[in-house]
Amino acid sequence: MLSHLAANMEETVSMILFGIGFTTLLLHKNLIKKIIGMNIMDTAVYLFLAAKGYIHGRMVPILTDGITDASAYTNPIPDGLVLTGIVVSVSVTALMLSLTIRLYRRYGSLDLDEIVMEWRKEER
Amino acid sequence: MDFIRNFPFFSIILAMFCGILSSVLKGKQARNLCLFMVTTVMLLSGAVLWYTTKAGSFIYMMGHFPAPWGNEIRAGVLEALTAVFFAVILFLSLLGGMKHIFFDVEETKTNLFFILVDLLMSSLLALIYTNDLFTAYVFVEINTIAACGLIMIKQDGHGIVAAIRYMVMSLLGSGMFLISLSMLYDITGQLLMEPAGEAVASLVSSGQYRVPLLVVIALMSVGLAIKSGLYPFHSWIPETYGYATPAASAILSSLVSKGYIFLLIKIFYRVLGYQAMVQTGITNVLFGFGLIGMIMGSVKAIQETDTRKMIAYSSVAQIGYIYMGIGLGTRAGMVAAVFHIFTHAATKSLLFISAVGLYEVSGGKSDYLSLRGSGYRNRTAGLAFAVGSLSMVGFPMLAGFISKLLFATAAVQSPAKMFFTILGLALSTTLNAIYFLRLVISIYSPAEREYGEEVSFLASRKLKAASFLFIVVNLVLGLFSQPIVDAIGVGLNQFI
Repeated sequence: MLSHLAANMEETVSMILFGIGFTTLLLHKNLIKKIIGMNIMDTAVYLFLAAKGYIHGRMVPILTDGITDASAYTNPIPDGLVLTGIVVSVSVTALMLSLTIRLYRRYGSLDLDEIVMEWRKEER
Repeated sequence: MDFIRNFPFFSIILAMFCGILSSVLKGKQARNLCLFMVTTVMLLSGAVLWYTTKAGSFIYMMGHFPAPWGNEIRAGVLEALTAVFFAVILFLSLLGGMKHIFFDVEETKTNLFFILVDLLMSSLLALIYTNDLFTAYVFVEINTIAACGLIMIKQDGHGIVAAIRYMVMSLLGSGMFLISLSMLYDITGQLLMEPAGEAVASLVSSGQYRVPLLVVIALMSVGLAIKSGLYPFHSWIPETYGYATPAASAILSSLVSKGYIFLLIKIFYRVLGYQAMVQTGITNVLFGFGLIGMIMGSVKAIQETDTRKMIAYSSVAQIGYIYMGIGLGTRAGMVAAVFHIFTHAATKSLLFISAVGLYEVSGGKSDYLSLRGSGYRNRTAGLAFAVGSLSMVGFPMLAGFISKLLFATAAVQSPAKMFFTILGLALSTTLNAIYFLRLVISIYSPAEREYGEEVSFLASRKLKAASFLFIVVNLVLGLFSQPIVDAIGVGLNQFI
């Protein structure tokens, strides 16, 4: 069991990071920490994809020294997925941060529980 | 006629470009462009529906790379039918809530609202039509961002708190979807639905990667269930639907969550294999949560006094119905679930739009005691609300009756779950009747105070027209259900 974990170290680490990010996003009260958690969660997925796309002894898929044999290069699709994922994650982070700024200006707090309590008071 | 094969792509790209173009237009122009776009999408999808019923489903290659490498769009009867239906509901919701959009949104920002609606339509169409898993993920995120924008466009504290709570839950869901996608890509090496489906089928038959596959199935189902608001993950629904501008509430409750459910059904059939799903037991889990959601959503709705939040909690119950249908694990159950997607979309948007008409004439208050007599003050909205409520309760001739009938028939075919399904249906229907009929009785009982001219008739002709058309859609679903049910069956057959 432990030897499996050691052999797949990158994947193991990425799953642990995913768990950390997921719980932070779910359970933390502070909005900035929630956003950091979200970024950790997404980065864990990129690590997973990058680790899976890497094959030891092969080169990045850019034609070098005239070698055209496909077995000399790695598959570019996982890298492409990582790039797309980063774009998505950046835009979502920007949106979340802008929402956080709006909330801080209005309620003067970053604590989501406090904000929700204030908000319920306003409702009455 | 093969030119029609381009239409799914045209409708996605048209919606997206209208969104981009709207950024330089004024509010009214953006509105006209948006309505034009939705109408065009309706017609294009109608043509696709006609084509697919005649010629069967087809796969449209994006770019010039063939199957395992390129990106693909797939259209069949069910996809086209869903696209037509979503376009109709979006059009009517916009029409009914139009006056409030211009009232709730700052004048300089009205075009932003329509940009978001355009993007939402584009991402919904992409979720319906795409044949590629990673494309589905990207459009899931676009859909989430557009929906978040629609929630917060009403620039007050409520909107922003609701939006951030929606975003947090939604991002948890998309994170789970993304990691499951990466794992699936890892064990199959494919992102297109068909090759991935074949690879999964061979893995299942050889017994390899049993645990990773189970993890993928669980994460994917739970991720999309969170995003569509299945019962224990419903905490964002009441605030979100309760405070957004009415058109946004109608769109969010009837379309956005349904887009994710549609994607989940598509993945179940085309990638993971429905029989394999049933064997893993994930359908039993969805069945259980759906059943609890049906009851708990209704119980919460009874406790709620605010009309819009009540309708929102009722959405929780209806999402439960859909997952219960999926969880039955039979074809009949799935047909019932898909039909209920349509029923709920038609009925819930009708309720949100007509509820606006009711509290416009009640001094803007939305708790059900203030709504007394509003059915007399705004007759169209009263009638529409009554029809919507009766449809939710399952009154014959209306859409809700047919879906309840389909659920019950499907339950009889799966003996193991028959008792719980029938019991759940009976309980949930009774609870539905309690809170919806309470409201209907309340809006038709005499008001405690006189309302003067100031609130006499604010409702516009657009709201009237939208309410009537919604009633017609409900009656069509209720009275002419057989062709639609047949089309759903044909569409599900084409999935395999």
